[in-house]
Amino acid sequence: MNPMNYVILASILFAIGSAAVLLRRNAIVAFMGVELMLNAANLSLVAFARIHDQLDGQVMAFFVMVVAAAEVVVGLAIIIAVFRARQSISLDEPAELKG
Amino acid sequence: MLSVTWLLIAVPLVSAFVLLLAGRRADAYGHWVGVGASASAFVVGLIAFVQMLGLPGEERATSVHLSSWIPGTELNLDAGLLVDPLSMTFVLLITFVGTLIHIYSVAYMEHDPDRRRFFAYLNMFVAAMLLLVLADSFLLLFVGWEGVGLASYLLIGFWNQRNEYATAANKAFIANRIGDIGLIVAMGLMFSTFGAVDFATVFDAAPQATAAQLTAIGLMLLLAACGKSAQFPLQSWLGDAMAGPTPVSALIHAATMVTAGVYLIVRSAPIFNGAPDAQVVVALVGAVTLILGALIGMAKDDLKKALAASTMSQIGYMMLAAGLGPIGYAFAIFHLVTHGFFKAGMFLGAGSVMHAMNDQVNMRRFGALRGAMVVTWVTFGLGWLAILGLPPFSGFYSKDKIIEAAFVGEGWQPWVLGGAALVGAGLTAFYMSRLFFMTFHGKARWTDDQHPHESPLLMTVPMIILAVGSAFLGLILASGDRFTHWLEPVTGHVEHHEPVLPVPVLIGATLVLVIAGVALAWLKYGGRDVALEAPTGSLAAITARNDFFQDSVNRAALQRPGQHLTRTLVYLDATVVDGAVNKQARGWAGLGEASRRLQNGQVRSYAATMLVGLVIVALIIVVGGR
Repeated sequence: MNPMNYVILASILFAIGSAAVLLRRNAIVAFMGVELMLNAANLSLVAFARIHDQLDGQVMAFFVMVVAAAEVVVGLAIIIAVFRARQSISLDEPAELKG
Repeated sequence: MLSVTWLLIAVPLVSAFVLLLAGRRADAYGHWVGVGASASAFVVGLIAFVQMLGLPGEERATSVHLSSWIPGTELNLDAGLLVDPLSMTFVLLITFVGTLIHIYSVAYMEHDPDRRRFFAYLNMFVAAMLLLVLADSFLLLFVGWEGVGLASYLLIGFWNQRNEYATAANKAFIANRIGDIGLIVAMGLMFSTFGAVDFATVFDAAPQATAAQLTAIGLMLLLAACGKSAQFPLQSWLGDAMAGPTPVSALIHAATMVTAGVYLIVRSAPIFNGAPDAQVVVALVGAVTLILGALIGMAKDDLKKALAASTMSQIGYMMLAAGLGPIGYAFAIFHLVTHGFFKAGMFLGAGSVMHAMNDQVNMRRFGALRGAMVVTWVTFGLGWLAILGLPPFSGFYSKDKIIEAAFVGEGWQPWVLGGAALVGAGLTAFYMSRLFFMTFHGKARWTDDQHPHESPLLMTVPMIILAVGSAFLGLILASGDRFTHWLEPVTGHVEHHEPVLPVPVLIGATLVLVIAGVALAWLKYGGRDVALEAPTGSLAAITARNDFFQDSVNRAALQRPGQHLTRTLVYLDATVVDGAVNKQARGWAGLGEASRRLQNGQVRSYAATMLVGLVIVALIIVVGGR
């Protein structure tokens, strides 16, 4: 099977993920979009590793997973804190930092 | 003793500070503190004077080193006092007349709630004036010069709740400022020419300087003197300065401060001796002012303003004498001293009249006051006889010497200067007699609420003392040329010069003119009824009554162009200088405003921005990678 298909799948996943981040108001869904983008990146890293017959991409994918795990912890904690503060997890509502 | 001459300045200065800082608590006794400070300065001065008399002539000048002031290599200046016959003359005049006027003011200002503040300013004036005459460098003199200017400003505007009085104070201050520029520039020229501004160095080096340098310095000093002494063309402030309380007019604007210009010229004698052109200008300024002041005095109905015009005219005599060089210096100072006595006495008399007549100054509302105020009449009359220059009163000895000296010389100068001095004597006789007759003789023209009465002893005693001085001081000082010899160590010994006309002719001509002036004044104002309203009069009378339109001239020639200039500069400043800065600032603010919109707080728009950026980076890599 042509490994290029994985790259195409990864870009489709990335596009879906970024669309979720940009278009959805729900913080959980947007967060899922972020995860999807990370995994799309992971998939393309692994695919490129395969194409070039090197292990660097796979190693990098493991790093990304570790970082993603940490990010989930922090991100969910923030979402819960925001929910506790304002009884809502809409991404559009917290806008106190606007200039 | 001479080493404690600094006490002369310190005592009134400390007293002024104490009176100002003590506030209302000192209201009950403050005026006597002021009198005491002035009187103790006089006692110190008198002791120093007696000691000085014990020394031979050439040892009478003493320098008193006070402290190092401006240490440096280029300009090294110490603060010090110079006690010599010239400054001693001034010290005695200032402290003696000053003390009498302090005493007079105790009664004159009795009902003023701010009497303590008044005495604080008077003390401050005495301290500054003494510093002016005792300083041993032009820079220290300048400190006193500014000090008397400040005191004059504060005292002219003492009743500054009246708007026009406050304006008069500002006018005096600003006119003096113009003169001060002259003194500053003169000091700058001295520094560049001689590298010093202290009297000793400058006067030692003066003979080696070129005539052009000395003339420049001399003219700048003359500008300073014109401002301070109300000489043409800076004379306009003196008439308005009469807004101050009358003792102030007597002390500052008749006897002492306005004569500081004459002191400056005489003190700077070594500079003027090397600059004959500057001397001629000084003499001409004096001649013009003496005629101008006399003409103004002839037309004024305001008692104090007529006296102010007379002061201007008499200082014109002193300037004229000072411009004559060594033959005139001693006579300038002599006339200054006698004038200090008789003019201060007459101003105090005017104050006494105002005191009796509810602060009325319009002479057309006086008349026949001799019956109601005998002491004032007699003391004023002695001052009047003195200023007329009739023998044996003071003015005769001082003014006649100036007229004689003015006739010495060659070419056109003796005729112009001497002629002006001679005509001025006749004019003086007319306007002073007019003033005297309108006030004390003729029929009473009082308003119904005026009940003239003699002033209290505190006021009449100083007037009597000054009147005695006006009568006999000239005779005492002139007999045996005592005063001239006394000043010789400073002004130098002068051989006798013959005037272009014989002396008896000059004395005779002067006396004839004086008597004619008095007779004319008697015919017009003494023996006849005086109209309550001033007649419109000829063009000349209107011109003189309006001070030769000097206010209009100043306004048209200086004030208006100055205002236009400042307005243009303000406009340029606002549009060009500030404009550039403001426009730039506005540009940065607009940039900030624009970038502020990016920070809209919408997380998803940030994400979109990042994505767009990412796509752009990706495109660059893809396209650039090919």
